[in-house]
Amino acid sequence: MQIRPILSTLRHHKLTALLLTLQVAFTCAIVCNVVFMVAQRVQRISVPTGIAEDEVSAIHSTGIEKGENAQARQTADLAALRAVPGVRSAAAVSYSLPLDRSESSSGICPSKQALDRAMQLNTIEGSGCVEPAGYDGTPGLLATLGLHLVAGRDFLPDDYVSEGKPAVAIVTRALAQKMYPGQPALGQSMYDGDHFIRIVGIVDTLLRPAPRKPGLDGDSIIWPQRPEGPGVLYVLRSAPRDRQRVLGAAVAALLKANPNRIINPGQVQTYTEIRRAYFQRDTTMIGLLIASALGLLFVTALGIAGLANFWVQQRRRSIGIRRAIGATRSDILRYFQAENFLIVSAGVLLGTLLAVALNLLLMSHYELLRLPLWYLPVGALALWVLGQLSVLAPALRAAAVPPVVATRSV
Amino acid sequence: MLMYYLGLARRSLRRSPVLTGLMVLAISLGIGASMTMITVLHVMTDDPLPGRSAQLYTPHLDPLPLDYKRHEGSPDPADDLTWPDAMALLKAHRAVRQAAMSGGSLLLRPARADLHPIYVSGRYATAEFFPMFGVPFERGGGWSAADDATGSPVLVLADALARKLFGTSDAVGQTVRLGEHDFRVIGVTADWAPKPLFYADQTGTQYSDADLFFLPLSVAMDQKFPVSGNQSAWGKGRSPSLTSANMSWLQFWAQLDTPAQVAAYRQYLVDYSAQQKALGRFQRPPRNAKLYGLMGWLAHENLVPGDVDLQLWLALGFLFVCMLNIVALLLAKFLRRGGEISVRRALGARRRDIFVQFGIESALIGVAGGVLGLGIAQLGLWSIRQRPDDYARLAQMDLSMLLGTVVLAVLASVLAGLLPAWRACRVQPALQLKGG
Repeated sequence: MQIRPILSTLRHHKLTALLLTLQVAFTCAIVCNVVFMVAQRVQRISVPTGIAEDEVSAIHSTGIEKGENAQARQTADLAALRAVPGVRSAAAVSYSLPLDRSESSSGICPSKQALDRAMQLNTIEGSGCVEPAGYDGTPGLLATLGLHLVAGRDFLPDDYVSEGKPAVAIVTRALAQKMYPGQPALGQSMYDGDHFIRIVGIVDTLLRPAPRKPGLDGDSIIWPQRPEGPGVLYVLRSAPRDRQRVLGAAVAALLKANPNRIINPGQVQTYTEIRRAYFQRDTTMIGLLIASALGLLFVTALGIAGLANFWVQQRRRSIGIRRAIGATRSDILRYFQAENFLIVSAGVLLGTLLAVALNLLLMSHYELLRLPLWYLPVGALALWVLGQLSVLAPALRAAAVPPVVATRSV
Repeated sequence: MLMYYLGLARRSLRRSPVLTGLMVLAISLGIGASMTMITVLHVMTDDPLPGRSAQLYTPHLDPLPLDYKRHEGSPDPADDLTWPDAMALLKAHRAVRQAAMSGGSLLLRPARADLHPIYVSGRYATAEFFPMFGVPFERGGGWSAADDATGSPVLVLADALARKLFGTSDAVGQTVRLGEHDFRVIGVTADWAPKPLFYADQTGTQYSDADLFFLPLSVAMDQKFPVSGNQSAWGKGRSPSLTSANMSWLQFWAQLDTPAQVAAYRQYLVDYSAQQKALGRFQRPPRNAKLYGLMGWLAHENLVPGDVDLQLWLALGFLFVCMLNIVALLLAKFLRRGGEISVRRALGARRRDIFVQFGIESALIGVAGGVLGLGIAQLGLWSIRQRPDDYARLAQMDLSMLLGTVVLAVLASVLAGLLPAWRACRVQPALQLKGG
């Protein structure tokens, strides 16, 4: 295959070839970054929560009876919920579940020194103290959420307090390792202001209600504390396929136990729905990103095919002459394929640089990580394949031009 | 002449229908995607109170201690006012009109047996809220400063809630049980909900929220009604109450009609801060006190989510690649007609004529692309309205956006046609005629 005749032809179409090169370059740059953003979002939405997601559902109920004893109400409600067929266990929490947004967090320190440092710095940052998300709940919460205890024990009935601060807590493994690196966290006493809190158990994973950034998202602490207010979230565990039926029956059971309450239908959900709602923006964004990447590739393929088509029509006569003086069909086919390869290669080369530049620009404005370099050869390969596919039909048409064209005037 | 060029363009475009179709499709996809996102951004950054926004200002003080450090991602306590500061500003009354306010969600027990109790969200405010924001009333009106002072249990309902509770009968004069207290309805607002709800605390969903009731702030304080929104406390000690000087939670707006009033108010805020600093309450420089105009405040709050921003850039990038595509195709198309051009040139057409002829051909592609792009943008906006985001329901095109779509499409295609048309008009008259 000779490159020189291709280059000399392209010199006649400098501007057009340059424009196509630019289009390929920008497509390559944008598509590489878009695919990377999709990968990041997919990673974000597949974060594990640590709970038995397919088996959990939740109902938010607010008691509106004046002067009602909220905790007596909870006990009665939980008994009614456990009697619903299909419910394996039930618990009440006051604010939240993982990915349910509203979060209550407070600073906690592994030692007196860290506490003093935090007081002196007037901030948690850099003191060794952490700010985990707090979860509370009635006895049986661990079993209801399906949390996996890796060390220590679950709470005992005596651990629970109805108001004020409890003396013990269960922490996640991530939090334990962060507070007591290189030493066993079980049995340690943490400082919560002037209170001591002893770690009695460690669970594998429990995501925060409102994750912020990797490295902090696994910092959760569970308190043996019953919900105090009139508004509580009842958490139910059942077989995955029973959840919808159980939710309906549970709402009926709660209203039967006491109709004087508000149950917002929007807050009667399976955990799958809670998770989907939390990540809805990300799933929309993933859809949009994929659509725009496909749109870009589509338009670029159209451009390549359209231009090749033009050139084939324009060069019918010279193709005929080449055929008449001995070029085979496959020579002609390969000529157009090689021409496309040259243009796309130039585009990809420029596109790789643009992709890195675009990534740096995006990093400075949005929460985006550095583009892994292996995306670039993959993107280049994709555009080469796209270019060859789109040029195939016009090139075949060119190869079909009969030598006799050379004898006709246009 | 124009008709002649239009005829030429139509004939030329018809000669290669597939290629013309491709170009129209490319530009309409780019325009459709861009206009969808431009419309979303347009409705999100639109003026919530046209005609009044230029006179509305929100004062901000800096009562934080010198060593206060804000957590990453948490709201700035200086965005809201403390109770003592808001009361001092109200009492000084240096603006034409002014009001302090805060959001709240209360249990409403309807008198009608067929309605269930519900939680409704509304606003605790002071009397000048209504005339200052120009709230229109269907019946009755707002309350007076005297009501604020005495803490009268009066209530203004939004028309939606009034209709729900009392149907078509007059709500004014009726009693509503809100948060376990009886209120007398004195007014019903006509359909009024600024988008975004600029005067609300920024922790809410400001594009979909609307206040269903309004009651005097003094009553809410007397009854210890719950306050929604951010409550930021600082300093050491026990958890502060709402009247504490170390907790900010109130929003404050003032109406200032002339530049002189604005300057005087700004000076007043600095003087007030200096006075508080002299008293030892404030620690930071008095110049930290700020007065934001309404649109400036919205820009400061930056309500547009990063994702929407990113989507706009993505759409514009897409349009750019589509335009590159069209430039290349037009260039190839125009240059292929070298023969035709040189004949016209030889017959006396000036370069300018050739340029205009091809410019019109590009513009025609733009018009077709714009019309198709309008359809694609409507489809895009429809899909955005299906999202559960709080701004989704606002995603509608107004007249300016409709016209903008076609203008942008024509502009983009003419711009794309510039280079090819320029190249085409430089074709030599004689040279091309010689060749076959």
